Amino acid sequence: MAISVKVMQRKNQEISYLRAALKGMALTFSHLKRPSVTMQYPEETKTEDWKLPERWRGTHRMLTDEQGRAKCVACGLCPQICPANCIKLVPGEDEEGHRYPLVYEIDEFRCVFCGYCQEVCPEEAIHVGQHYENAEYSRDRFVYDLERLCAQTHPVSTLWDPSDARGE
Amino acid sequence: MTPELKGFLLVASLKILVAFSLVNVGVIMVIWAERRVSAFLQDRLGPNRVGPLGLLQSLADGVKNFTKEETYPAEADPVVFVLAPVLSFIPAMLAAAVIPFGSPLPGFDMTLPIIGQIVYSGEIPMMIADLPIGFLFILAITSLGVYGIVMAGWSSNNKYAFLGSLRGSAQMVSYEIAMGMGLVALMILVGNVTLTEAIARQQESTWFIFPLFIGFFLFAVSSLAETNRLPFDLPETESELVTGFHTEYSSMKFSMFFMAEYANMITASAMMATLFFGGWDIPFTTWDEGPASYLRFFATFGVFLAKTWMFMLTFIWIRWTLPRFRFDQLMQLGWKFMIPLALGYIMLIATTVWVLDTRGVEFGIVYSLILFAVNLPLTYVLFSILDRGKVLGGSQHKRVKVSA
Repeated sequence: MAISVKVMQRKNQEISYLRAALKGMALTFSHLKRPSVTMQYPEETKTEDWKLPERWRGTHRMLTDEQGRAKCVACGLCPQICPANCIKLVPGEDEEGHRYPLVYEIDEFRCVFCGYCQEVCPEEAIHVGQHYENAEYSRDRFVYDLERLCAQTHPVSTLWDPSDARGE
Repeated sequence: MTPELKGFLLVASLKILVAFSLVNVGVIMVIWAERRVSAFLQDRLGPNRVGPLGLLQSLADGVKNFTKEETYPAEADPVVFVLAPVLSFIPAMLAAAVIPFGSPLPGFDMTLPIIGQIVYSGEIPMMIADLPIGFLFILAITSLGVYGIVMAGWSSNNKYAFLGSLRGSAQMVSYEIAMGMGLVALMILVGNVTLTEAIARQQESTWFIFPLFIGFFLFAVSSLAETNRLPFDLPETESELVTGFHTEYSSMKFSMFFMAEYANMITASAMMATLFFGGWDIPFTTWDEGPASYLRFFATFGVFLAKTWMFMLTFIWIRWTLPRFRFDQLMQLGWKFMIPLALGYIMLIATTVWVLDTRGVEFGIVYSLILFAVNLPLTYVLFSILDRGKVLGGSQHKRVKVSA
């Protein structure tokens, strides 16, 4: 048995092919006069209605103390929590018992930019940053060592605050 | 060589150069325009980096396509596969040969260094060849383009390409009939098929858009279908057939299909401008019909370009607005609407012309205004039929009563 389909009884002006086509043509023509919404990227990195969000998680940055040393105490939490296993940390200790990283490398290729390292860091040393223009000419340049992480200058990402979930 | 032969050869080769580069530069420009206008219609900017305003974008794409790898499907027919883009490109370029792109230039008799004396007596018509078969030549040559599509789809050994080429051939064959018959009405008014005669008759009376409004409608819709542009781009339909007949083509072979499409679009626009909008005729003045001069040529050339570009921009505007037809709707429109309409229209125009001629009405402005008056009620009836969805109304005309 054939399936009977209920056909809606609509007015002619609602189903009219020609009027809909003309309406569409008028609409697209009206868009000719509207300003473009394109952001001219390499020249412009933000516009009036768009900028990089505060919580953007991009290239890492290691913060330093007044003496210019990395704040990291090599506690080992960030390589522990890192889901992509991209942080390589070899801890060291000086004569006074201060722990510091002998080797601290982040492979930005492996990194999934989850930001857990920043969340877990007890010293607020490692951060993800508001930065994304990190193209390089060779793959090995994507492994950032401690010196390079400390030399980054871009603003760091702010953590999500549960009491202000929408960031207002 | 006699000076006359030298003059003829020189003029002919110059005209070929001008017409050919006109089409090729036109293709480059119209591809750029398509991308820019579509961007503006969608509140974007489009290509604006290569050259001023992005004008050289198409050239850059051409260079890129020349240097890209050519891929051949393993099971493709090598000869036909290579031949197909050529067969679709050449007819598209050839069709421009008979379109007059400006008022005639004066002849000359002068002596050049090396070449010697060259003579061209009489006016130089501004088309490569003023063929006595006129627009029949264009119809015939542009129909050859369907071979390119069929061969591309068949030789690719790809089911999507094959379906695309089947659709393309069915569509182009169907709409050719409506297109040709739409022009029969014009033939009745002109009494000839040459394009120069068509322009001369339009200068005598009014542009043929008025006396042959429905004819223009038929021609415009069919040329959209003939050039495979939206809303009739069934051979390509990227949503269902990847890209249709040129799915398997890469690098410059793809570019040739692409350029052929735009060259066809230029030809169709130039045909519409010539046959229905007076060609190079400047409206509201008879100055351009005077004796041949260089000033007149450049003025009329500009007017012809402006008219052609107006149609090309309309093509682009339509493409970026209207959705694609379903294939059965396309065939319905072609066979159940356009062809009967074209046949009826020939009868109507022939009867009106016969009545007007037997009453002794002079061919001129009044003559074409009477024909325009005949067109108006038909236009109204036609569009109300289209509008009420009786032909293309989807499910509306098959109302099924459902019991509770």
